[in-house]
Amino acid sequence: MSELTREALTEKEAADTKGAPKKQEPKAHAMDMSALGRQSRRLDLANEEVCLEAKNLDLYYGKSQALKSINMVIPKKRVTAFIGPSGCGKSTLLRCFNRMNDLVDICRVEGEVLLDNSNIYEKGVDVADLRRRVGMVFQKPNPFPKSIYENVAYGLRIQGISQKRVLDETVEWALRGAALWNEVKDRLQENALGLSGGQQQRLVIARTIAVEPEVLLLDEPASALDPISTLKIEELINELKSKFTIAIVTHNMQQAARVSDYTAFMYIGDLVEFGSTDTLFTNPKQKATEDYITGRYG
Amino acid sequence: MRVSVSEWLKSGTPWVWLNAGAVAISLIMVIGLLGLIAVRGLEHFWPAQVLQAKTVAPDNSTYVVAGEVVESEMVSAVQLRSSGVQLADDIDFAERYLLKVGNRDITGSDFTWVLKRDLKEPAYPEEIIVIERREWGNFYGYLDSVSKDGQIITGSDQVWQAFQDVIDRALGIHDDIYDVEKSEIGGINSRFERLRLRERGYEIRNNGTAEDFADIAARRAELDAEYEALQVRLTELYNAFNRDSISVRTANGKIIEINLSKVVRAYQPNAMGLIDKIGFYFSKLWEFVADDPREANTEGGIFPAIYGTVMMVIIMSIFVTPFGVVAAVYLREYAKQGVLTRTIRIAVNNLAGVPSIVYGVFGLGFFIYFLGGHIDNLFFVEAKPAPTFGTPGLLWASLTLALLTVPVVIVATEEGLSRIPRSIREGSLALGATKWETLWRVILPMSSPAMMTGLILAVARAAGEVAPLMLVGVVKLAPSLPLDGNYPYLHLDQKFMHLGFHIYDVGFQSPNVEAARPLVYATALLLVAVIAVLNLTSVTIRNHLREKYKALEV
Repeated sequence: MSELTREALTEKEAADTKGAPKKQEPKAHAMDMSALGRQSRRLDLANEEVCLEAKNLDLYYGKSQALKSINMVIPKKRVTAFIGPSGCGKSTLLRCFNRMNDLVDICRVEGEVLLDNSNIYEKGVDVADLRRRVGMVFQKPNPFPKSIYENVAYGLRIQGISQKRVLDETVEWALRGAALWNEVKDRLQENALGLSGGQQQRLVIARTIAVEPEVLLLDEPASALDPISTLKIEELINELKSKFTIAIVTHNMQQAARVSDYTAFMYIGDLVEFGSTDTLFTNPKQKATEDYITGRYG
Repeated sequence: MRVSVSEWLKSGTPWVWLNAGAVAISLIMVIGLLGLIAVRGLEHFWPAQVLQAKTVAPDNSTYVVAGEVVESEMVSAVQLRSSGVQLADDIDFAERYLLKVGNRDITGSDFTWVLKRDLKEPAYPEEIIVIERREWGNFYGYLDSVSKDGQIITGSDQVWQAFQDVIDRALGIHDDIYDVEKSEIGGINSRFERLRLRERGYEIRNNGTAEDFADIAARRAELDAEYEALQVRLTELYNAFNRDSISVRTANGKIIEINLSKVVRAYQPNAMGLIDKIGFYFSKLWEFVADDPREANTEGGIFPAIYGTVMMVIIMSIFVTPFGVVAAVYLREYAKQGVLTRTIRIAVNNLAGVPSIVYGVFGLGFFIYFLGGHIDNLFFVEAKPAPTFGTPGLLWASLTLALLTVPVVIVATEEGLSRIPRSIREGSLALGATKWETLWRVILPMSSPAMMTGLILAVARAAGEVAPLMLVGVVKLAPSLPLDGNYPYLHLDQKFMHLGFHIYDVGFQSPNVEAARPLVYATALLLVAVIAVLNLTSVTIRNHLREKYKALEV
């Protein structure tokens, strides 16, 4: 029921915005087609500044190993996509970057994850501070049952910021950054749960960027959304990468190709291949990668 | 078309009927229960017609009775014959009436059974009056004369008018006396007591200076003076109060003198029109709800009991909610889930099943004798040997009930906490909030409706509980309310009255069973009403919270 209403809402909202759906759809399609050729300049990991680095990262759920000796770097101010079939560990790996896996009792991590060259799994690391620096957006929009304003201000209030002026400014900045400001500026005090699914997801992104993290982890941020909302999120990712390092998990290979600079292909806990998106999609080195991106399995 | 039994069973129809039937029966039982206590309780306040008739005494002398018909019943002739009543042989059953004849000071009892056969020349004379007295119950009879300031007024026209004047005056004076005695003298007494305790404190600790004692003596002298002044005023009031009297005649012709200070109200039920009766009804109802009880709780109101019940429930809520919530948060959020937490959970659930009287015993043994005794030894030494907290009281009753209801709150809160979607917690943690901040800012507000549910159940259970209260603080008649104008205003150590116990007391401990019976129903109705009001308040708050924290029901 709520899904239906939500979709209905989204459609209505889409019709309300300037670009009517009929105009937008061909645009989305065109972007889809040109996605692979989008990257004009050559990207090379060797030239990138390192933001996050996983070193010999193993992760176990109880006795079963979910990540096997992962070694990779997430370059600064770039979009890194993780693709792979279900259960390959891409979400798990993403959640290692802000220690979200700590919440799972049976989970055990070995190896290192370096953020600006310091291991986040070291003893004495302030996990709350880490998570402020490495923000995360989840698959399903999870706004708090508070007003839109309070949702965005939440992270700031946690940090003890309570001056109205600062909060107002940051909320507006974050909502603009998440391309939501124009839609909600007149109803900031309304409950966030009244927004459509796509708006909620952008609100969650706004909430995350409001605390100005260094890294944004996006865990299938568009998988619960309709195509138009998905498009908006993708446009947003493109804009955000000038300010943030972004890591995104997605099931949708076109999406990975459209939005990312680098792509990692994972398979049953292994990092099979990692390289610039262009290379990985046009000229995969591994047979498994090729099979997956050409749709032979997965 | 014939439908086979097995098909009919398979269609589910019998289940629907069974379920609907169960619901219907429950509904009928609830309505029936409320209807019974409502009718029985509320009809008590209606001014019934007063019947006057000639009847025969066992020694065959005739006399006149006057009273309200309370109920009638058919009695078997055999039973009547065996008690010595002469009846014709062909009669199997005889109808008899229970008459409330009042005049307990003359006849010895308020009620009498009279056979319908024996009632001759029944009539409803308009001049008959009913006088509600502060002692000896109602008087039924005729008003002969009024003695107003020494002047005797007779004559059927003026006498009723004169009576109205004097009774209004007397009731006004009564209110004044009540005010002086309860609040002013009560206040002085409590200040005297505090002075006494202060003095005793100095004596015990041996640290009083001469100035201290002089100060106490000065204050005491001040209070004495105030008290003297009040005493003089009281004497004046009492003299004025006792000035007037009336002379009344029973239906049998016996004349008695009633001082107006003994009269609460008087009316002529047979002369009242419907409007008058309705007005009278509501004034009686108001008296019942808002006044203090009289005559061993069989007359007057039950306001202190309502007050005590509500106070106790509120104090209990103040204790039980934070405690239950904190315990639930620890159990659900912080404690490592394992054998120990499971055991604790089982223990908590079982606590809810312990008979409430056991809690009463525990409250008496632990709270009152142990805790209260130690508190007295530490903080109220000067009051000894009289106990302050080492005796049953409001605080201990509330705590005992809080203990009784804490499992309900814990279970409901845990339920609420476990229903919060994991994604919400992760969302908060991912923003750099610590576990505590997540709990405090998101999880607890979101589970507040569940806490309210727990509180609603707790209130419903606590307000209706009687057995443990008899051990830990409820009394038949409390001299003052637990919240009043005397320092420290809220008297947690005081004993209090409670509606549930009041029902028990009126029903079982009353010297005047027939008079008390309708009050049992009326009090029960009021108890239900009080619980309903408390519950509705909580339900409204909960629904409001639910609306506010509508969880992501995806």
